[in-house]
Amino acid sequence: MSAVQPLLQVDHLTMRFGGLVAVNDVSFVARPNEITAIIGPNGAGKTTVFNCIAGFYKPTVGRLLMRSQGQEFLLERMQGHDIAAQARVARTFQNIRLFPKMTVLENLIVAQHNRLMHASGYTLLGLIGWPGYRRAEEAAVERARYWLQRTALEAEADSLAGSLPYGGQRRLEIARAMCTEPALLCLDEPAAGLNPRESAELNDLLRFIRDEHGCGVLLIEHDMSVVMRISDHVVVLDYGKKIADGSPDAVRNDPIVIKAYLGEEFEEPVSQEATAVQEQS
Amino acid sequence: MTVQQRMKDAALAALVAAILALPLLGFETVDTGGPLGIKTRWHYVGYAAAAVFIGRLLLMLWRDRRLGAQADSQAGGSEAGRAWLAKLSRKADSWLMPALIAFAVALPLMPFADRTVVDLGTVVLIYVMLGWGLNIVVGLAGLLDLGYVAFYAVGAYSYALLSKNFGLNFWECLPLAGLFAAMFGVALGFPVLRLRGDYLAIVTLGFGEIIRIVLLNWQPVTGGPNGISGIARPSFFGFPFTANPPEGTTAFHELFGLDFASTHRIVFLYYLILALALLTNLFTLRIRRLPVGRAWEALREDEIACRALGINPTNTKLTAFAIGAMFGGFAGSFFATRQGFISPESFTFIESAVILAIVVLGGMGSQAGIVLAAAFLTLLPELAREFSLFRMLAFGLAMVLIMVWRPQGLLSHRDPTIRLKPAAHGGGGGG
Repeated sequence: MSAVQPLLQVDHLTMRFGGLVAVNDVSFVARPNEITAIIGPNGAGKTTVFNCIAGFYKPTVGRLLMRSQGQEFLLERMQGHDIAAQARVARTFQNIRLFPKMTVLENLIVAQHNRLMHASGYTLLGLIGWPGYRRAEEAAVERARYWLQRTALEAEADSLAGSLPYGGQRRLEIARAMCTEPALLCLDEPAAGLNPRESAELNDLLRFIRDEHGCGVLLIEHDMSVVMRISDHVVVLDYGKKIADGSPDAVRNDPIVIKAYLGEEFEEPVSQEATAVQEQS
Repeated sequence: MTVQQRMKDAALAALVAAILALPLLGFETVDTGGPLGIKTRWHYVGYAAAAVFIGRLLLMLWRDRRLGAQADSQAGGSEAGRAWLAKLSRKADSWLMPALIAFAVALPLMPFADRTVVDLGTVVLIYVMLGWGLNIVVGLAGLLDLGYVAFYAVGAYSYALLSKNFGLNFWECLPLAGLFAAMFGVALGFPVLRLRGDYLAIVTLGFGEIIRIVLLNWQPVTGGPNGISGIARPSFFGFPFTANPPEGTTAFHELFGLDFASTHRIVFLYYLILALALLTNLFTLRIRRLPVGRAWEALREDEIACRALGINPTNTKLTAFAIGAMFGGFAGSFFATRQGFISPESFTFIESAVILAIVVLGGMGSQAGIVLAAAFLTLLPELAREFSLFRMLAFGLAMVLIMVWRPQGLLSHRDPTIRLKPAAHGGGGGG
């Protein structure tokens, strides 16, 4: 795997808000065809990392190198919408951000805006009913249909996005992000508020996206059952710093991670000895 | 509610009324020859408070009874009306709009259609067009614009100045006026890109005033408060509507072998604004189904999500401002050619407020609703001419009642711009 060039390379990312250092010198990579999870206790800086990648914040220090379609993009220098349009980074939001008064299908068509805008001759050809635009729109509907089927929302295609149940809205947000044909899909707590069955379906969907679409997935998640089952690679943040980075199993048994999550139970030297013993056995 | 609670409630209302009535009704100014004298009339305050006390008591009794009746039967009169409007909203596109258009086309041919009716129809259609134009900015893109009249003014002055100084005719000026208004739309759009809601409303309000004040003070060009008079009247594609055409030109009535009638021009103007308004409508219906239109609506719903999908919010907002302004400019140049005289008086804030009220009352984004609201808001003051003192009062009361009764506007129904057809048989080939 290490021979593959990373999709996204985060180097020395630091984000300060005034005196508060939300993210402090974090470096990690996300590879194509892998699910990378960022975990950490509340306030660890996970969403801040995401917002830097997606261009909602300009990082104070650091480099974010994205490779997609044979080109390299420095995300920290790009505008939010260009990161999505050119560097092909799509994201979902912790508190779902759909277009609630538009239909499910319209949500997915809006996601294909740039391609359709081009096909409609920046509106001029579209206004006169150019056949090329009609074909492009049909293609867009077919792509939307594909993702609707994948997310089990086809029957709801013409109902308002805001009227979907919570789980459906979560899935629609992922479908909408996938309609932009991203190279990297960033999901901010996709399993939050889902029941165990929906959570299992989400795991299948994310595996499908990784395996069938060659898309890298970057995931913030609290639900350990999701993280441990589907991640190929886990990055752990605590107080804005990276404290562990590795396979799910390695991270699960990392004493520093356990300490960050569960607090200190023993004196520090004791706990280190304990892990040493564990590793030997 | 117990009797005691009712009394307390009504007494509270009466107290508020008394406090308000004290300065409003309690004092009377009298002419004492020299300085103005003040006479008190406390009994008036008493009457007002008593009226409010009884009124409030009856209102609460009636409401309680109605709530009780509704719990029993589930069907109040206003509920039925509301349901009827909701049904009408859904069917607006299929029959209401065609019916309205057919009526508008037939209006000048009707037996009762004298000059006044056609003139009134023209005024209504100007407001329909302005409403449809503003609807692009407010209803679709969700950008609250309180200075829309500025673009109307830009269109009117563009036509007036171009035709006066360069001798261009109406059809040459129309696209130019639209273009200038669109440029002003972009000029307004740039500084307000980051603003939303109330803040945006304040800046657009200021913009509208800036345009008006510039027109008022730039005397050498705009004629200042005197305005511009003697603006060229429209001709029927080169054939003027005059009894005695100048040498070498054919007048409209000669062309068609009719007797000269002054109503020809009025009817022509009516059809001209009808055509312009229908063009606006067609354009809006069409652009809603194009990527720009969907991006406008998406931007109204959630700007951050738009950015995450790679939609450039700057360009999208600017196109909305520019296109909305363009139609305002078209309407403005029609206004100039119809009036033959324009001055900054015609482009005050109250015009912007009326246009915005049309969009909001009609139901944001509803094309048919805007027609109804425009007719309502322009005909009401005309019909209530005898009560001209109470015109604004009636206007305000009507608005309040509609907003209480149906806060989402008269007809508010959004048709999806695209529907999922059942899966294609061959895999999306033919079409």
